[in-house]
Amino acid sequence: MTAIPIGVPRRLVEFTLDGRETRVPEGSTVLDACRAAGTDVPTLCEGDTLRPKNACRVCVVEVEGSRTLQPACSRRAEPGMVVRTDTERTRHSRKVVLELLASSVDLSTTPRVAGWIKEYEAKPDRFGPDAARLNEEPRVDNELYVRDYGKCILCYKCVDACGDQWQNTFAIAVAGRGFDARIAVEHDAPLTDSACVYCGNCVEVCPTGALSFKSEFDMRAAGTWDESKQTETTTVCAYCGVGCNLTLHVQDNEIVKVTSPHDSPVTHGNLCIKGRFGYQHVQNRG
Amino acid sequence: MDLHFGDSKPTDEERAAVDALLGPAESSWEGADRSDADLRWARGGRAARDRRDLLLPGLHALNDRVGWISEGALDYLCRRLTVPPAEAYGVATFYAMFSVRPRPATVLHVCTDLACTAAGAGELCAGIEARLGPGSGVGVERGPCLGLCERAPAALAIRAGDPVRTAVSAPATVEAAVAAATAPDAAPGEPPAAAAVPQAGQEGLVLLRRVGVVDPASLDDYRAHGGYTALRRAFELGPAGVIREVTDSGLVGRGGAAFPTGRKWQATASHPDRPHYLVCNADESEPGTFKDRVLMEGDPFALVEAITIASYAISAQRAFVYIRGEYPRAVDRMRHAVDQARARGLLGGDILGQGYSLDIEIRRGAGAYICGEETALFNSIEGYRGEPRSKPPFPVDQGLFGRPTVENNVETLVNVLPILTLGAPAYAATGTAGSTGPKLFCVSGSVARPGVYEVPFGATLGEVLEQAGVRPRLRAVLLGGAAGGFVRPDELDLPLTFEGTREAGTTLGSGVVLAFDDTVPLPRLLLRIAEFFREESCGQCVPCRVGTVRQEEALRRIAGRTGAGAADDIALLREVGRAMRDASICGLGQTAWNAVESAIDRLGAYE
Repeated sequence: MTAIPIGVPRRLVEFTLDGRETRVPEGSTVLDACRAAGTDVPTLCEGDTLRPKNACRVCVVEVEGSRTLQPACSRRAEPGMVVRTDTERTRHSRKVVLELLASSVDLSTTPRVAGWIKEYEAKPDRFGPDAARLNEEPRVDNELYVRDYGKCILCYKCVDACGDQWQNTFAIAVAGRGFDARIAVEHDAPLTDSACVYCGNCVEVCPTGALSFKSEFDMRAAGTWDESKQTETTTVCAYCGVGCNLTLHVQDNEIVKVTSPHDSPVTHGNLCIKGRFGYQHVQNRG
Repeated sequence: MDLHFGDSKPTDEERAAVDALLGPAESSWEGADRSDADLRWARGGRAARDRRDLLLPGLHALNDRVGWISEGALDYLCRRLTVPPAEAYGVATFYAMFSVRPRPATVLHVCTDLACTAAGAGELCAGIEARLGPGSGVGVERGPCLGLCERAPAALAIRAGDPVRTAVSAPATVEAAVAAATAPDAAPGEPPAAAAVPQAGQEGLVLLRRVGVVDPASLDDYRAHGGYTALRRAFELGPAGVIREVTDSGLVGRGGAAFPTGRKWQATASHPDRPHYLVCNADESEPGTFKDRVLMEGDPFALVEAITIASYAISAQRAFVYIRGEYPRAVDRMRHAVDQARARGLLGGDILGQGYSLDIEIRRGAGAYICGEETALFNSIEGYRGEPRSKPPFPVDQGLFGRPTVENNVETLVNVLPILTLGAPAYAATGTAGSTGPKLFCVSGSVARPGVYEVPFGATLGEVLEQAGVRPRLRAVLLGGAAGGFVRPDELDLPLTFEGTREAGTTLGSGVVLAFDDTVPLPRLLLRIAEFFREESCGQCVPCRVGTVRQEEALRRIAGRTGAGAADDIALLREVGRAMRDASICGLGQTAWNAVESAIDRLGAYE
């Protein structure tokens, strides 16, 4: 049973969400309120363990009195606010943003996005065959994980996870600007020449599969990756005494990747190189 | 944090450039040779990290000395400031004026933006490139507006070294630009700032009254022409009194957003968090705008005085002036003015014996239009990528270094002087009820006398154009710059006020009046605007990062097409433009479609 910290009691903020009076604890975002109310608002860059960066702009909502649409993931609920999540205007922006994204990167391994593209009737093809896109070859420069820029939506989650929000390694940042902006290590070097410590926490938070385990990458390339055949078992890491929870993803009796539950108060989904990648000894069957 | 540095070492010159800014490294923790003592103590940590705002000056130091920023140089700078190299690399690659690849020591920036393109920048570039050819030792870079629109076409040569040399060629010919790049020291000097003010010396000018009259290098001359009377009045009134005057004057921000200045000051002044900061936004990068440059070059002490008053009003003790990197002369003049003022007790510990202390730091941008966005500018000063922040929180609550901050542009601040010397009622008597005071317009393009014009709010577009000697066969006027909108020649009775332009469905923006006659091919102009926004998007949010690319692609497809042939792509442009306006994080993405939309709707660009 996972222990859930309760925290200090918070005041409630009252505001109007889609015409209904809503009360949420002070400090909650509009997205929190939507989720509590069972309203589905799509989002790609929002992460449950990181501060919202509101870069993808898929979750935009209408806030009365605001000239532009507002990102639900980072806009805090304020008393008396009037928010509408599903209007012609929000649907239009979400549709176009999904089209812009899907026309420029490969979203085939992004969970739920296919459903949203259908729901919002997005047509990523309509920008024509010459529309610029990130057709970059995946960078495979180490045995632990792979960077596939063709799938990167620049959500900044890996940067935040590597930086001051979790890992404090600061091995990656955004370099360049505009359409040419890319996640990069210093001097755009191979990962092996960088400050990377291979904790894999960036892989943990990547929402699109632009960062993936080498094991998963190879199995996908070989056509053997099959999530329907995988089981997930959460256990405690045996390496040290911290007590991190590991979730072992097992397919055909082989560990294929290791994640960590985001609601664990010990790790919040973070692991070190040993916990995340040091599992080969388990399956050395001689 | 446990920083990782590679094996690359700086050259002696790179090390010297960084040390000239930061002082010599004291221990091996900072990149000096290891001594026995280094084994028993550690340096860096919080104290060094708190100097992260020196990252941009450090990158400038390297770029100025060597012409580009090598791995070893960047790593050394990072050691000195305890900045992760990946982040510093992200910052260095953000700015157009820096290079992380080797390049020639001399770079010639040729403006290809609106006024310059209309004046033949395309042929100029081709001519320069043909003349210089490979192996000339000069890198030619086509780039965005250099803010020299009144002398279009323009080129700026920068030669790395100690000291760095710059030379401006405007109006540029192939010969003059090549000469400036190959021998910047021998290039003819720029005309005085007053040359950009056709009204210079005229009676009745308020904001421009000293430009061309006063010696911009002399504090005494500034005082002889009424300088520092406004500051004395400010000290008489006290901070609250100054804010009252500014509020009563009805002054609103001249940078484009038109927010009431007094309200902004009041909100910051009364904020309990300390310290407060004042930031002067002199990153005027809107194509077609050059008024802030002319003010800084022609009357720099006025800006220093105005900043002092504003800082006093909001009780800030540290103020920053962020000047775009393409303005070397404005940077020099402002540095000189600040040094002079400090030497004479008009900045520093006890200004005019009033017990108020303030220092002003000049910071240089490095080629990024987005840094004119107020929160992107904070990030840039702080040593981060110049990406805008989400609002709320607003700068008056959490601005520079997370503290309550007032950010005003140059023209807004300079207005504070007449407000205090004339008094709020007299100031507010100029202009209209909704737009008080005088206003500067940057008139360029198809006019006989391009330059900065000062008119009272309420003058019509036609009157301003007439003063500048508009040429016949006017086809369109771009109001407010690339983020503004086009108006037709039959709309010249449009009153140039915030309310008047709003009513007419357009904007004053930053005060650009760019006239185009019918020789200018409109589709090419629109394509250049789209290209500008695509190049200048920071890339943080999807609508702007990808939307600006799709906009440019669509305009390329329909170049030369009209009517039904263009209808599909225009419909596409409208849809993308609407989403960019609604869903982008900041003003850049939100306005990137304005000019093109107005050209389609008001000018019938593709009919």
